[in-house]
Amino acid sequence: MKVTFRIRRFNPEKDSKPWWGEYTLDNVDPIDRVLELLHRVKWEQDGTLTLRRSCAHGVCGSDAMRINGVNRLACKMLVKTLGAGDHIKVQVEPILGLPVIKDLVVDMEPFFDHYRAVMPYFMPKEHVPADGRERLQSPADRERFDDTTKCILCACCTTSCPSFWANGKYVGPAAIVQAHRFIFDTRDGAAAQRLNILAEPDGVWRCRTIFNCTPACPREIEVTRAIGEVKLAIQRGV
Amino acid sequence: MAAKVHQFDAVVVGAGGAGLMAALYASRGVRTAVISKLYPTRSHTGTAQGGIGAALGNLEEDRWEWHAYDTVKGGDFLSDQNAAGVLARDAIEAVIELEHMGLPFDRTDDGRISQRRFGGHTNNETKKPVRRACHSADRTGHMILQTLYQNCIKEKVTFFDEFQVVDIIMNGNVACGVVAYEIDTGELHVFHAKAICFATGGWGRCWQTTSNAHSLTGDGPAIFLRHGLPMEDMEFYQFHPTGIYGMGILITEGVRGEGGVLLNSKGERFMERYAPTIKDLASRDVVSRSIYLEIRDGRGINGKPYVHLDVRPETVNRYLAEAGESRRIDAAYIESKLPDILDFCRTYLGVDPVKEPMPIAPTAHYAMGGIPTNIDSEVLSTPDGNVVPGMYAAGEVACVSVHGANRLGTNSLTDLVVFGRRAGMRMIEYCKNTNFTPLPDEPDGSVRREIERIRNANGKAKPHEIRAELQKVMMDNVGVFRSEEMMSEAVEKVRELKHSFETDLKIDDRGTRFNTDLLEAWELGALIDVALVTAKCALERKESRGAHSRVDFPDRDDVNYLVHSFAWLEGNDVKTDFSRKVDLSLEIAPTERVY
Ligand SMILES: Cc1cc2nc3c(=O)[nH]c(=O)nc-3n(C[C@H](O)[C@H](O)[C@H](O)COP(=O)(O)OP(=O)(O)OC[C@H]3O[C@@H](n4cnc5c(N)ncnc54)[C@H](O)[C@@H]3O)c2cc1C
Ligand code: SF4
Ligand code: SF4
Ligand code: FES
Repeated sequence: MKVTFRIRRFNPEKDSKPWWGEYTLDNVDPIDRVLELLHRVKWEQDGTLTLRRSCAHGVCGSDAMRINGVNRLACKMLVKTLGAGDHIKVQVEPILGLPVIKDLVVDMEPFFDHYRAVMPYFMPKEHVPADGRERLQSPADRERFDDTTKCILCACCTTSCPSFWANGKYVGPAAIVQAHRFIFDTRDGAAAQRLNILAEPDGVWRCRTIFNCTPACPREIEVTRAIGEVKLAIQRGV
Repeated sequence: MAAKVHQFDAVVVGAGGAGLMAALYASRGVRTAVISKLYPTRSHTGTAQGGIGAALGNLEEDRWEWHAYDTVKGGDFLSDQNAAGVLARDAIEAVIELEHMGLPFDRTDDGRISQRRFGGHTNNETKKPVRRACHSADRTGHMILQTLYQNCIKEKVTFFDEFQVVDIIMNGNVACGVVAYEIDTGELHVFHAKAICFATGGWGRCWQTTSNAHSLTGDGPAIFLRHGLPMEDMEFYQFHPTGIYGMGILITEGVRGEGGVLLNSKGERFMERYAPTIKDLASRDVVSRSIYLEIRDGRGINGKPYVHLDVRPETVNRYLAEAGESRRIDAAYIESKLPDILDFCRTYLGVDPVKEPMPIAPTAHYAMGGIPTNIDSEVLSTPDGNVVPGMYAAGEVACVSVHGANRLGTNSLTDLVVFGRRAGMRMIEYCKNTNFTPLPDEPDGSVRREIERIRNANGKAKPHEIRAELQKVMMDNVGVFRSEEMMSEAVEKVRELKHSFETDLKIDDRGTRFNTDLLEAWELGALIDVALVTAKCALERKESRGAHSRVDFPDRDDVNYLVHSFAWLEGNDVKTDFSRKVDLSLEIAPTERVY
């Protein structure tokens, strides 16, 4: 089949504003992934096309982009899911709400700043066991925060959130997911501090439960549910 | 234009498991910076699935001595036994330390770290597989990477993210810094340091089908080779038996650890023939070769070059019953233990492993060889053990050598934390007793010229064309089975490609900001140098051992080849040396390797 890409381009050294480039590829296999096809555009047609990628199978979080209007990892998106027929059109843009550096590459620093702000690290409740061995945790307690351990910090959720678009100071769903992972870990002792941070005006209350984030998550984390649990914990304690 | 100069006591290059571990330790004693071409959480450690090996004995009896023996045997007796001993002994403490740092391991019913079976890990007395792989579902590497990065944030380690190291700086034979290219701006930075640790990971992108990320291009080894420093055991590159057919995406050995089996077109569990005792859990080189032989003999599925990996509960339960085990599994169990594997197969293949077998074939996976180091992670400059003052290496890029001719599953993650830690500790000691060695004049001069050459390259050969040819010849001629003829051809071909890279390259992007066209071309240069050394070492080792399997020399030759190879790049030539004897200090005598 044939695919025509319409790609939002911007080169800070040449362009005063973004523009759309069109590129058509022949001999596309329906199970080709968007990342492979963007590579074909870059390698066969225009080497200046710029994007981030690494693992190529949806686990490193490098290649979040807006594909036909929704946030996806390009490496996890099979082209056959984007349309039927022997010639389909696909539109690709950078994720929204973060400054564009070049083409599909955005400045991730504001995103990581929010992440770092929620104390995304283990603060043990108790000293290590006297025998020097591992802390104990029941399978049920471990299960409690399993879902949020899957986050790969790809930013698909945060950059699909209308509240984040409206106000870049909002910590955003990814940072809340990261905080959730520790707040509900029975071994951790800093839940109260994290909940205080998230109770600030730019914390969880900016979330209006619009649900864009959950379907955007390539790791199928129940993002809105995690946010809900954090909101509840602020009101009632863990 | 002069480069910006930074000064740190210790600089760690790479932010995967090995780099972050080294940085966490080093930063407790001296001023440390981590430089990484990827955001740390994008490192390939995050894709490791199955587990990290340590003889915790949480579910059944286990001992570190057994772990050490299995490592040496898995390595087809080329592992240095002192290193294997350190790995197995330190593993226990290191894994518990990860738990103490917050790593969410899966748990046993009594709350301990859960463990599963993995290829080649056995109870040395009964010879049966032992549960040694500590895991967090099938995303153990993700949890290790996240936990280490989180702890780096907590301890305020300094990071230079999206800075690509393109050269090392030597003053005489002493290491004194690195040159890094800032991806966003295109500027060069000089990092002046007392101690430098390379942790840049592997180079699976030398081959056509690989489980490795696009970013795994052997930058570290190529830079070292260009400075006249040697690589060790480069002929040993592991092909993992179970990659998704046609794509190379890894399906963890944990699938077989949970009871999955390999089947040919006749529905036979063919590993029963090749490894009667531990069958599908034989070590990787053995399983990869068995798959190739099945395919060669016409027993690939539908006549195609792949076999099936079957983890459907009914299949697993049937074989469990046959083996007299009482354990049974159901679909929910598979969903909870292997969620990512199911997701990969459903997403990329439209195959649901709970209902259908998965199509798999071997995929280029892991470099046993690399930058030679001793057990303190110090880099060696000669086969007789001289070190490069100030230079360290850890993780996949290093060759200690614990993995010998073939790495066991779960031993890489162990290697990262064990030897990353040792590198960090050693660097503190070194920095405290050493002054800064002055930088030479114009330390970034030669790499700046090379980068400008690439930026302005206007010949006829596009990087992706050269890369595709390189990957094809390495896959076809320096893969699972090898011969003199195939490898000589590969060496010639790679030389031609090197020539065209150096004289006829063409790229499109001449800009300075985020120029990935330029960087991909520079990385291709690294792949070519690493491939050339690999092919040449493989040609020179005239025996079969572990992952290096020659049809013209089918037997292991302990008389002539119980030694490590060292290789130097000299222009278009590779010089080799086979004088470094394997360490046998655990007194494990090489025997025939049967599983
Ligand atoms: C799919 C898959 C599954 C695996 N599963 C397991 C498993 O279950 N158990 C196990 O033990 N092992 C497993 N392995 C092997 C193991 O994951 C790797 O060997 C290991 O993670 C390598 O870690 P590392 O720290 O050495 O390098 P990596 O994690 O690859 O990190 C390399 C780092 O170096 C940086 N870098 C590279 N070049 C440069 C440069 N020029 N300048 C600056 N920075 C640079 C990168 O940005 C990155 O941060 C698996 C491997 C794969 C591919
Ligand atoms: S649910 Fe909350 S966080 Fe998610 S998109 Fe809506 S407002 Fe944003
Ligand atoms: S929660 Fe999901 S979408 Fe958001 S950053 Fe994490 S993995 Fe990405
Ligand atoms: S390239 Fe790693 S998530 Fe897509």
